[in-house]
Amino acid sequence: MDFLNSLLVKPFADMVAAPDFLIQVLWEGIVSGVLYALIALGFVLIYKSSRIFNFAQGIMVVFAALTLVGLHEKGVPALLAVPLTLVVMFILAVGIERVVLRPLVNQPDIILFMATIGITLFLVGFGEIIFGGENKVMITEQLYIPTGSFEFEPFGGFVSIEQKDLTAVIGAGLLVIALLVFLNRSKMGRAIRALGDDHQAALSVGISLSTIWVLVWFISGIIALATGIVWGARAGVSFALEVIAFKALPVLMLGGLESVSGAIIGGLMIGILEKLFEIYWGQPLLGGNTETWFAFVFALFVLLFRPQGLFGERIIERV
Amino acid sequence: MLYRTAGQFKTSYVADHALFPVRQDAWLLAFILLLAFVVFPMTASEFAFRALLIPVLIYALAALGLNILTGYAGQLSLGTAAFMGVGAYACYKMTTIFPGMNLLLAIGLSGFFSAAVGVAFGLPSLRIKGFYLAIATLAAQFFLVWLFEKWAWLYNYNASGAIQVTNIQMLGITVAGPQASAMVQYYFVLGVVCLVTVFAINITRGRIGRMWKAVRDMDIAAELVGINLMKAKLSAFAVSSYIVGIAGALFVFLWRGAAEPVLFDIPLSFRVLFIAIIGGLGSILGNYLGAILIVALPVIISTLPAALGLPIPSAMVEHLNTMIIGALIIAFLIIEPHGLARFWAIIREKLIIWPFPH
Repeated sequence: MDFLNSLLVKPFADMVAAPDFLIQVLWEGIVSGVLYALIALGFVLIYKSSRIFNFAQGIMVVFAALTLVGLHEKGVPALLAVPLTLVVMFILAVGIERVVLRPLVNQPDIILFMATIGITLFLVGFGEIIFGGENKVMITEQLYIPTGSFEFEPFGGFVSIEQKDLTAVIGAGLLVIALLVFLNRSKMGRAIRALGDDHQAALSVGISLSTIWVLVWFISGIIALATGIVWGARAGVSFALEVIAFKALPVLMLGGLESVSGAIIGGLMIGILEKLFEIYWGQPLLGGNTETWFAFVFALFVLLFRPQGLFGERIIERV
Repeated sequence: MLYRTAGQFKTSYVADHALFPVRQDAWLLAFILLLAFVVFPMTASEFAFRALLIPVLIYALAALGLNILTGYAGQLSLGTAAFMGVGAYACYKMTTIFPGMNLLLAIGLSGFFSAAVGVAFGLPSLRIKGFYLAIATLAAQFFLVWLFEKWAWLYNYNASGAIQVTNIQMLGITVAGPQASAMVQYYFVLGVVCLVTVFAINITRGRIGRMWKAVRDMDIAAELVGINLMKAKLSAFAVSSYIVGIAGALFVFLWRGAAEPVLFDIPLSFRVLFIAIIGGLGSILGNYLGAILIVALPVIISTLPAALGLPIPSAMVEHLNTMIIGALIIAFLIIEPHGLARFWAIIREKLIIWPFPH
């Protein structure tokens, strides 16, 4: 009885008893959810257009953030460092397409997946050689990101919302809207979606595979830079950031591998739920640190009922 | 020329389907076994045992387990390290609960625990396919490592949270623990690996193996010709996790000597996956070739600069190592996506028909 009580009743009683704390937890969940969603977005774009399960998205985030900070350390003004980083990401996209993807066209999915793990290892080593392995501080102030915090007192409690988190959420929202407009309204965006639907049909109407791939990897690079700035502002820039790539996997699965909106909703859902679970169930009942696995187990359960994810395209198999 | 098959006539179907249809294959294998059983132990140093020979065998065994699941049955798994962990912790619990237990028996039994866990996490494979299935194995990976950390009973309420192998004797010889000699451990591992390899070769060329391959190539078609998908997939998970579990127990008991939960984290899973893929999915030989490459490469990279007299700091060597391995993985995938085993197959084919091109 006691166990059932602490499992089913007490967490909700706690939530009602301290609504301000609940709001704080929810906000934290939303912020990390936005970050997961951003990384998942990079995955989805590449998966949609090339069926490549891009494991390197996590390291691209680290690499972009490190390049930005590294350039600034070398004396480049912050606002100039951003476009320069984008140039680096573009070169990276071209390089990956030329060296890795082009020779591997038409290989099975798992081979391409392994290739992206190879890219990950390469970039980890490369990044460590160039920028060193130690942690770096994101140049938050130089990029004019506000660092104060808003404080509210709802229900007689206390809620603190950091301005950089708010900036992150708004920035991510704008990025997503820009991306959706680009995908749905522009010619290039339509080409990307066409390629996602059917490679051969797209090729036969004159869409260049390699151009689109470079473009898609470059957009992923832009998203990676945005993620890197936002996450770096919260937790510093280090290679440990790479592990968030794993967090993006359940987000992707939950949302469906092909769906842009699925990635966002999935990200928010996982971000919020894992925080709630950790605070109200994980710490009191399971000894904490449940965030490492909650997202995966949750996504697994959802997949059991919807094998293509919540928003994925229906899987139709033909023999 | 060495591989000329002239004069080797097959007069029955049995002979045609034999394990070694070409006699030179058997000789080659005999030569390799001679190296492994006699020459290496006589010549290898303590360092070579600990840094090369034992890890190669153990990694090859883990990759073999993964290869059965991913290469033969077509179910992608990213959670190998966690299943290795289950084997290791099960073996640790058994040897501490029953102190006099035969280590070989304990290792053999610990595989069953990881097989059971593997089947449990394999159940979703009946509904989820492809990359979506990777999430099930990743869930296993993260959940189990978390469990190793939080469930104090598993490591006997140690203050360090790590498991420590004590001296274990078999037939009066210390086989595990700090006092065991590397050569004894090498022979132990070699014996287990040989046994499991023979088992794996036979199971993959038999009825069950063909069932797995049919499921891998197209599971709906396999179902239509009357293969029970549930049986095929779950048996693949069971056999694979059993082998991986044994590899995990060997990993801790006969090589590392101690283990903390972090050891079984995702980098180990990926390392085993690299070995299986670089070696060649759907081949037994490939696991050994892949393991030799992945284990030997860091050793070579870290000793080469010193041998050449180049002053490269050790941190730099480590970074270079990561970078070179990443580049090599990509290079291997581009040159031969089917792995080193296919390389060998091509070379062998060429040797057989040499000097003719076709």
